[in-house]
Amino acid sequence: MHTMSIVELAAGLHQGEFSSEELTRSLLARIKNLDPQLNSLVTLAEEQAIDQARNADQRLAGGDATTLTGIPVIQKDIFCTQGVKTSCGSRMLDNFISPYDATVVEKLNQAGSVMLGKANMDEFAMGSSNETSFYGPVKNPWNPETVPGGSSGGSAAAVAARFAPFATGTDTGGSIRQPTALCGITGLKPTYGRVSRYGMIAFASSLDQAGPMTRSAEDAAIVLGAMAGFDVRDSTSIDKPVPDYRANLNDDIRGLRVGLPKQYFTEGLDSGVGDRIADAIDVYKKLGVEFVDIDLPNTHLAVPVYYVVAPAECSSNLSRFDGVRFGYRCENPKDLEDLYKRSRGEGFGAEVQRRIMIGTYALSAGYYDAYYLKSQQIRRLIRDDFVRAFEKVDVIMSPTSPTVAFKLGEKTADPVSMYLSDIDTIAVNLAGLPGMSIPAGFAHDLPVGLQIIGNYFDEARLLNVAHMYQLETDWHNRIPAGFE
Amino acid sequence: MEWETVIGLEIHTQLATKSKIFSGASTAYGAAANTQACAVDLGLPGVLPVLNSEAVRMAVKFGLAVGAHIAPRSVFARKNYFYPDLPKGYQISQYELPVVEKGTVSIELEDGTGKIIGVTRAHLEEDAGKSLHEDFHGMTGIDLNRAGTPLLEIVSEPDMRSAVEAVAYMKKIHTLVRYLEISDGNMQEGSFRCDANVSIRPAGETKLGTRTELKNINSFRFVERAINYEVERQIDVLESGGKVVQETRLYDANKNETRPMRSKEEAMDYRYFPDPDLLPVEILPDDIDAIRTSLPELPDARRDRFLKDYGLSTYDAGVLTASREMADYFEAVVNASGEAKLVANWVTGDLSGFLNKDNREVSDSPVSADMLAGMIQRIKDNTISGKIAKEVFEAMWNGEGSADDIIEKRGLKQITDTGAIETEIDRVIAENPQQVEQFRAGKEKLLGFFVGQVMKATQGKANPAQLNELLKKKLSG
Repeated sequence: MHTMSIVELAAGLHQGEFSSEELTRSLLARIKNLDPQLNSLVTLAEEQAIDQARNADQRLAGGDATTLTGIPVIQKDIFCTQGVKTSCGSRMLDNFISPYDATVVEKLNQAGSVMLGKANMDEFAMGSSNETSFYGPVKNPWNPETVPGGSSGGSAAAVAARFAPFATGTDTGGSIRQPTALCGITGLKPTYGRVSRYGMIAFASSLDQAGPMTRSAEDAAIVLGAMAGFDVRDSTSIDKPVPDYRANLNDDIRGLRVGLPKQYFTEGLDSGVGDRIADAIDVYKKLGVEFVDIDLPNTHLAVPVYYVVAPAECSSNLSRFDGVRFGYRCENPKDLEDLYKRSRGEGFGAEVQRRIMIGTYALSAGYYDAYYLKSQQIRRLIRDDFVRAFEKVDVIMSPTSPTVAFKLGEKTADPVSMYLSDIDTIAVNLAGLPGMSIPAGFAHDLPVGLQIIGNYFDEARLLNVAHMYQLETDWHNRIPAGFE
Repeated sequence: MEWETVIGLEIHTQLATKSKIFSGASTAYGAAANTQACAVDLGLPGVLPVLNSEAVRMAVKFGLAVGAHIAPRSVFARKNYFYPDLPKGYQISQYELPVVEKGTVSIELEDGTGKIIGVTRAHLEEDAGKSLHEDFHGMTGIDLNRAGTPLLEIVSEPDMRSAVEAVAYMKKIHTLVRYLEISDGNMQEGSFRCDANVSIRPAGETKLGTRTELKNINSFRFVERAINYEVERQIDVLESGGKVVQETRLYDANKNETRPMRSKEEAMDYRYFPDPDLLPVEILPDDIDAIRTSLPELPDARRDRFLKDYGLSTYDAGVLTASREMADYFEAVVNASGEAKLVANWVTGDLSGFLNKDNREVSDSPVSADMLAGMIQRIKDNTISGKIAKEVFEAMWNGEGSADDIIEKRGLKQITDTGAIETEIDRVIAENPQQVEQFRAGKEKLLGFFVGQVMKATQGKANPAQLNELLKKKLSG
């Protein structure tokens, strides 16, 4: 059962071939057996999962089931889950049990999905390798000596290892797409505002966006349909109807115009990765797609701008973790200042502290104009680059990451080289556009991801383009050795 | 040397919305600690603010009332600092783009002169919670009921030149927010409080002196005292050759002094930046027009109407329109009694006196507008005299019933029967032949003596006009 897609599992459940409880128990057993190798989950919600599965079985029997009823999911530990620990990968929240569900969790619960547990992640989603987690690094199922990417590394590894047919992720600068690529799965970061951020622990509010991590575009279409939608509790969510993302999956893409931005095919691109992207372009050409070279002239500014905007917002967002009301509190504080300093100094890891300091500096009097304000201006230029490009093309394609998965520890001592691993994904967040990553083969025996970037609210087209590729290839069905 | 004082005020007024500015929790005062704080108010991980549009409407009302510019687009910003009763580690406020800018209010001073005070801006923000330092055995308790309560911070230009002007301005804003029904203005509960920026400069100098900011003053009396203390202190500093240090000072009402809280060097860097969780607030011209038409009659307009329609004195019109409730009460009595000047005298006189004495608001006066109108009618139709009315009013205040009940029960009805009054006059004349002779010899002052004697005999119930007339006739006859 663990190799079946959401579509196949839903058919099995609806036809009574197996129950959700059977499915849930078998996946829980699989996780207990295999996850010690990967460390992709931080919390297993066994009892709750069995309860949810039984309820799903009743719904299935009663006939009011959705496609996701009875389908297991692993939630990234950034989403608040009532009654189940929500750590955000941090010592700071190692003791935090949320009194409420995030909107994404609530929606998936309402659809009847079964939460098996919570996925490991970079601390507060700050990282590109899942090595900043308080709970230790996650290993890439394709090669346990390499990282799964980050920050949604636990979600990506778990889906690749067939622990669940889908997981949730969040993407601030590539945190869905980059691990998706490095673990050989399918993931989608929606348009900013498409999915509610309520209950998703904020890293950088103007960039954060949740999305599905699945094995196929078809499954992603199903999950996105359940996650998306306006939420009165999130003022930045957009009041726009959610289309049926499956409706156009099989649309002919002949004549589709695809832009290839030259800035994404430079010397920093690993040649093995470049070859696989070229292969994918060939597949699309056979499908009648037209490729156009495009220019996104401000691309080189995306990483520096991101590393002002995201830390600035995070320095403020993470102020609430002060040891006063919830979360980690230091032992025997001498006074208020000591309480703050030690609770935050001991509760946050090094990368989180680094970003809080960068952000605090960028917002300081005398520096605000030069850093934060300037970054917001450049951000507009980056967005304008895309707006102009989409006047000429329907979607944009590029590698998701310039390299395949790198070795554990390889970049931890050099933050800048780590930051550059998101060079292909960050501009999309700054512009607020939807972006996808789908598996496009292997280089150096590790998965390569193809990134497809769409215009605002054009998720249905991204899914269609991805699905047509997946009808022609089987990269998305490849399973890492040892997890068959 | 002669010094000129320069004062600007920042008034924080709590808006009278039912729920908080960014959450659905209640804003009611006085609930048990932390029972009115939801996940958003607690700043739990993952929560997001959602703007209460009623708070924006109230801010616009204020802006229109002071003739200000209403920003078509205003932006919420985060003011970052750590404090245990500030749950998120930042306060959501407005910084570069406030909702209200550039208005004016007029103040009237007791010497009859007036002055226009500029309102620089008014912006929306959330209140913090409360730190409780007692009853926690050396620790601090936190009550977050108040966290997220909507505030309108109203910032004036440095246009005031004395503590008296500052108080007049603060009272005017207080009157305004209550007229507009955007705040209960309750100073004891902290719904209306102010910070004062105070500096001095040699008379004639146009450059501003170094200012100090006096924090958290919550009564009109304290504003006056705090400013006067601070002005004296600054004069002492300068005249003894020192320099005023730019700093924040706390006013201690118990000791009547200000003392330093933090200096400019220690001033916090709040690292303001636009709150990415909230969209800019867009206000359309149609919305502004709709709010404009919903505005009540404002105090200045009402005062002018009272002058014109009721022929009141400037002073009475000012006193009666200082609070909307008082003006409403006055007009209700006028409408029910058909009198204006007499009503004005009663409302500004006895009614205000009793309210002050018992520390009550006109809204919970034991003498309702209808009751007062009933009494005024009995004065008008000569049932009672103005003097007897004072007794009736006091009895009404003490809950003895309506004017008619009291007049009946106590037998206070005025004697208007000419025969009865004449009988008494005849008796008094008979009993005081000497005085009669003196009067007739030209000592007309003695009329008062005869009036007094008759009034004494009738227990004050003789109609004074009739009595005067009859007495004159009989004495001269």
